[in-house]
Amino acid sequence: MTAAAPLRLAPGQRNIGREFAETWQARDLLYTFADRDLRLRYRQTALGVVWVVLQPLIAAGIFTFVFGKVAHLSSDGRPYLLFAFAALTGWNLFSGILTRASGCLVGNSSLVSRVYFPRLILPLSVMPAALVDFLVSLGMYAVLMLVYGVTPSAALLTLPLWMLLLCAGAFGAGLVTASMTVKYRDVQYVLPVAVQLLLYASPVAYAAARVPAEWRTLYYLNPLAAVIEGLRWSLLGTDPPAAGAVAWSVTAAVLAVAAGVVVFRRMERSFADVI
Amino acid sequence: MSSEAAIIARGVSKRYRIGHRVRPTTLAERLVLAIKHPFAQDDRDVLWALQNCSFDISRGDLVGIIGRNGAGKSTLLKLLSRITEPTEGEILMYGRVGALLEVGTGFHPELTGRENVYLNGTILGMRRREIAARFDEIVAFAEVERFLDTPVKHYSSGMYVRLAFAVAAHLEPEILIVDEVLAVGDSEFQRKCLGKMEEVAHTGRTVLFVSHNMQAISTLTKRTLVLDAGACVFDGTTSEGIAHYRAMQASHADAPSSYRAAPGTNGNRVVEARVHTSENEGSHRWGKPIRFEFLLDVPEPASTLSFSFKVFDADDRAVCHLWCFASDARFRRESGRYRLTFDVPAFRLFQGSYTISTFLSDRRTYTEFEGLSQLCPFTVTMEGLERAEYEWETGDCVYLEDHRWTLARDGSADAAQQGGFHV
Repeated sequence: MTAAAPLRLAPGQRNIGREFAETWQARDLLYTFADRDLRLRYRQTALGVVWVVLQPLIAAGIFTFVFGKVAHLSSDGRPYLLFAFAALTGWNLFSGILTRASGCLVGNSSLVSRVYFPRLILPLSVMPAALVDFLVSLGMYAVLMLVYGVTPSAALLTLPLWMLLLCAGAFGAGLVTASMTVKYRDVQYVLPVAVQLLLYASPVAYAAARVPAEWRTLYYLNPLAAVIEGLRWSLLGTDPPAAGAVAWSVTAAVLAVAAGVVVFRRMERSFADVI
Repeated sequence: MSSEAAIIARGVSKRYRIGHRVRPTTLAERLVLAIKHPFAQDDRDVLWALQNCSFDISRGDLVGIIGRNGAGKSTLLKLLSRITEPTEGEILMYGRVGALLEVGTGFHPELTGRENVYLNGTILGMRRREIAARFDEIVAFAEVERFLDTPVKHYSSGMYVRLAFAVAAHLEPEILIVDEVLAVGDSEFQRKCLGKMEEVAHTGRTVLFVSHNMQAISTLTKRTLVLDAGACVFDGTTSEGIAHYRAMQASHADAPSSYRAAPGTNGNRVVEARVHTSENEGSHRWGKPIRFEFLLDVPEPASTLSFSFKVFDADDRAVCHLWCFASDARFRRESGRYRLTFDVPAFRLFQGSYTISTFLSDRRTYTEFEGLSQLCPFTVTMEGLERAEYEWETGDCVYLEDHRWTLARDGSADAAQQGGFHV
């Protein structure tokens, strides 16, 4: 027999325990959504997997030309291509999750207004595809390391930490922007601009050490700064970020997820009414 | 029969806000409004789509829900299936709920039949291994064995609908909620669906079934709820419920020949429908030009978005079909609100009363965004058109064609007599 406890539907009725249990119950749906997105991506593009490899390579190539060759930015003595590529893999993970999560509710509006399922599944389901891209580009990076004859250091062991921070930060921010996009559609136009600004405010094309000392404290207020530096340190053995800056990044990531979940749950009840 | 409760609804109401002023839909607009009117109250109008509805449904009951468009049926189903939450009151649900509010929600045209079964099944709340266990049954019910690995965009609409219903029907929820699925598919398939729902109820599970099809309601259910203007106006046996509904329809017959969507609904939809008849109050004189006017909200343009409507006679027979399926129709590319008018230079339906049904759908994915029926009642009269010796009689036919006759003595060169009837 099924448990006798009924499901109570009433205004403002929230039961966070039940919600998390239901989200866990619906984990197959997360798998299915992620599977759908991956399949569709590779089925509809002519280049398929090649595209995932080419994208960061082209971006790193452009960076190398513009910042390395034209502007002669320093890359801490490393091959500029590796220097840019290492940071770009992390950056793409972050911006990929953020951008996809932001659009996930509006992009699935016909589902949201017609079927019930734990809504949190939608933003969660963008992560696997972004992680697959990340792994592919890590593989590409490994090839580049061989080509340039660079050997990884013990710092490589910290890679999961930077990955986790990037995912958490992007997911938290994505929850907020996804909820807001439901009500205010211009968020999706503002977001790419904000992401672009953030790219230049983060040490992707240059080393954080190049930022003038008097600006550095302000610079590290961007929680991504230490994470990108950390990622590059783990992949390429450049200078590690300061412990204080990393602590701030960890705090920011936790805050982002907490804020994201709170905002998302608050707005969740009206998604179907306004989407 | 068990009398254990399956659903208990107490004073359930749902309020939607409708914009009097333009509702800000962008953050920029919101900010501008906030700067212009920093202390403005939220003075939007409200509409109660559902008001103070109470009912109890026991396990194993098969209950029909009927009501006119905008009576609150969809809102009730949305509440029961947890898509949205009530503004007041409470609902207690005992057991897993499976809702089929629209056939094929979540189907993706690029994915194969097999992939879509998993996609749709998990969206409806099944675990992957449950789907795997019932996969063969689902495929057999849908009769699509040979096309499992074909993307569903190549399916015929019949196959598509069968597969979609099959997935939902095999959900095995304790409470099954079904909205007007019988509007699609052929009659063979409809019988199959009805049979499946009956079977579900026989195994002690609860079925709620919304339909405009009184035939289906009366064969399938013993108990019926009738909704009108957001209130639950009748709860009792199906035969009495249908009688109540018909009486209600008759008393609304003098309603203006226009329709306005209940607020709160969203997605691609008809916001307003209006029949511009030649005379006042929904009366049209035979042969005069008529105009059908629709206001469409299209937030989700689709490459094969199509709108059409049919005119139904008093016996619920479709007698006329008009459509806009143009491949370059603007609503296929850009979202927005569109005014679509159909002009018939000489409307030749015979005297009688008519209603229209609208269909807003995506041809490629077979998504029916909205199907409304029994809108805009209007009558056609033969006023001012005399017919010698024979009075016009409703029901003689549904259509009068222009014609001329020629009468001459056979084999004679005498001048022939001529006459006829035309607009």
